[in-house]
Amino acid sequence: MTQNKSLSVGAEKHYHDQLAQGNFLIQRCNDCSKSIFFPRMVCPHCGSDELEWYAPSGKGTVYSTTVVRRKPEAGGDYNVALIDLDEGPRMMGHVEGIEPDAVKIGQKVQAGIRQSADQNIVIFTPAGA
Amino acid sequence: MIDKKLRGAAAVVGVGQAGIGMATGYTEMEILIQAAKRAVDDAGLTMQDIDGIATASVASTMWVMPVIEHLGIRPTFIDSTMIGGSSFVAHLMPAIQALESGQCNAVLVCYGSTQRTSTLSRSAIGNMRKQMDPQPYENPYNPLSPLSSYALAAARHMHQYGTTRENLAEVAVAARKWAQLNPEATMRDPLSIEDVLSSKMVSDPLTVRDCCLVTDGAGAFVLVRADRAKNMKQKPVYVLGNSTACWNRQISSMHDLTVTAAQQSGKIAFEMAQVKPADIDVVEVYDAFTINTILFLEDLGFCKKGEGGAFVSNGNIAPGGILPVNTNGGGLSCVHPGMYGIFILIEAVRQLRGSCGERQVNGAQLAVVHGNGGTLSSQSTAILGTAETL
Repeated sequence: MTQNKSLSVGAEKHYHDQLAQGNFLIQRCNDCSKSIFFPRMVCPHCGSDELEWYAPSGKGTVYSTTVVRRKPEAGGDYNVALIDLDEGPRMMGHVEGIEPDAVKIGQKVQAGIRQSADQNIVIFTPAGA
Repeated sequence: MIDKKLRGAAAVVGVGQAGIGMATGYTEMEILIQAAKRAVDDAGLTMQDIDGIATASVASTMWVMPVIEHLGIRPTFIDSTMIGGSSFVAHLMPAIQALESGQCNAVLVCYGSTQRTSTLSRSAIGNMRKQMDPQPYENPYNPLSPLSSYALAAARHMHQYGTTRENLAEVAVAARKWAQLNPEATMRDPLSIEDVLSSKMVSDPLTVRDCCLVTDGAGAFVLVRADRAKNMKQKPVYVLGNSTACWNRQISSMHDLTVTAAQQSGKIAFEMAQVKPADIDVVEVYDAFTINTILFLEDLGFCKKGEGGAFVSNGNIAPGGILPVNTNGGGLSCVHPGMYGIFILIEAVRQLRGSCGERQVNGAQLAVVHGNGGTLSSQSTAILGTAETL
């Protein structure tokens, strides 16, 4: 496990560097054992700076969801959701692979990575699909 | 934590507005200065009497300095704290402390924006903000900022408590009915529940009529110590309580999308004021979106968590309802120039002065003002009262 303190870069750069290589990593606090997202330099639960990086299961549940309405010629509607990862933390993402308004709160989803503009982003698809 | 000595220690003695709606041909600084001049005149003071200032801007980080320059003042108290639209409610407590300590004698709180008519568009400012003030874990998903964050909160409230789009629409319709009684309000056409439900969806479940206006506008008020306020031009409106809370910036960092930091700011403000929600005559909350009014009425204790949808229904917060809420027409129908917080405070002062004409709440003595900033991020609650409430 990579320790955040042993890195020569900050948490934000490490997260994006790993994502660029196809790895979705989050942090866990060695002192209070809670998982953390977004990546940062001290644990927001206990204040410790003993944070380690690990790959979460990618499993999650839709906490809330919205459809951003956009004209078809501009690319059409898209989903923006908040996902509670099974490991605890919440993150924003797109739920894809189904119609944006078919995404339901409580739905089980699985994380994936795809390119968007000039970077990789974490996206979610319905679990078991 | 709560300094009860400060209850009623300062009073708002002057208010002013300018450029409400469209201020074509004026800069935001110019309408701010017009509003400031009106507030100082309203207080019966001169600009040279102002020795404290609080202001904030959406775009300019050092905004207080050019404001000082335009006003030609040399203040001994300066506050440029920027926590979004709640800033001008949050400016109260530091100003009261500065007045009480003798650091200054008259504080001007002021704001102006020409968001509607400015050549610098909202999307241009939004794109610049992504560079200056990045949110790298949300921006890649292109949520409409700030709209989609509030949409996510509304969707969660609907899921968790059975709140309906009709409940949300009730908030917009009530605001419009108040606006129809306010000659200064921007939107005064009739609006029905059906109109709200059938208007254009922007970010589900919020339609364009669930969203605040984009207008120009400036507002200002003057705060002095209570002993001085007694002998001034206007009937003083005392600050009985004020508290500010912030638990998160991003919607994705909010622990529970149905519970805002207004629970903290409201509790402390009410304790300081030594009153309870049932005592309140008029409520002015920052209704950037229809869900806000529901969340804040719950979090401030006007109804239980989850019951806000029913609470606002059947015209309960409209003129003639059980609780007058957002009596100027709110950000939804009156005015919303980027940050709305100063206008709720001005409306509460006008209600407590008894100067609201057709929309006056008879005998109003106690008001709650609640400001919101960011994406349900910063919350500031103030309790205002007439001399009878001291």
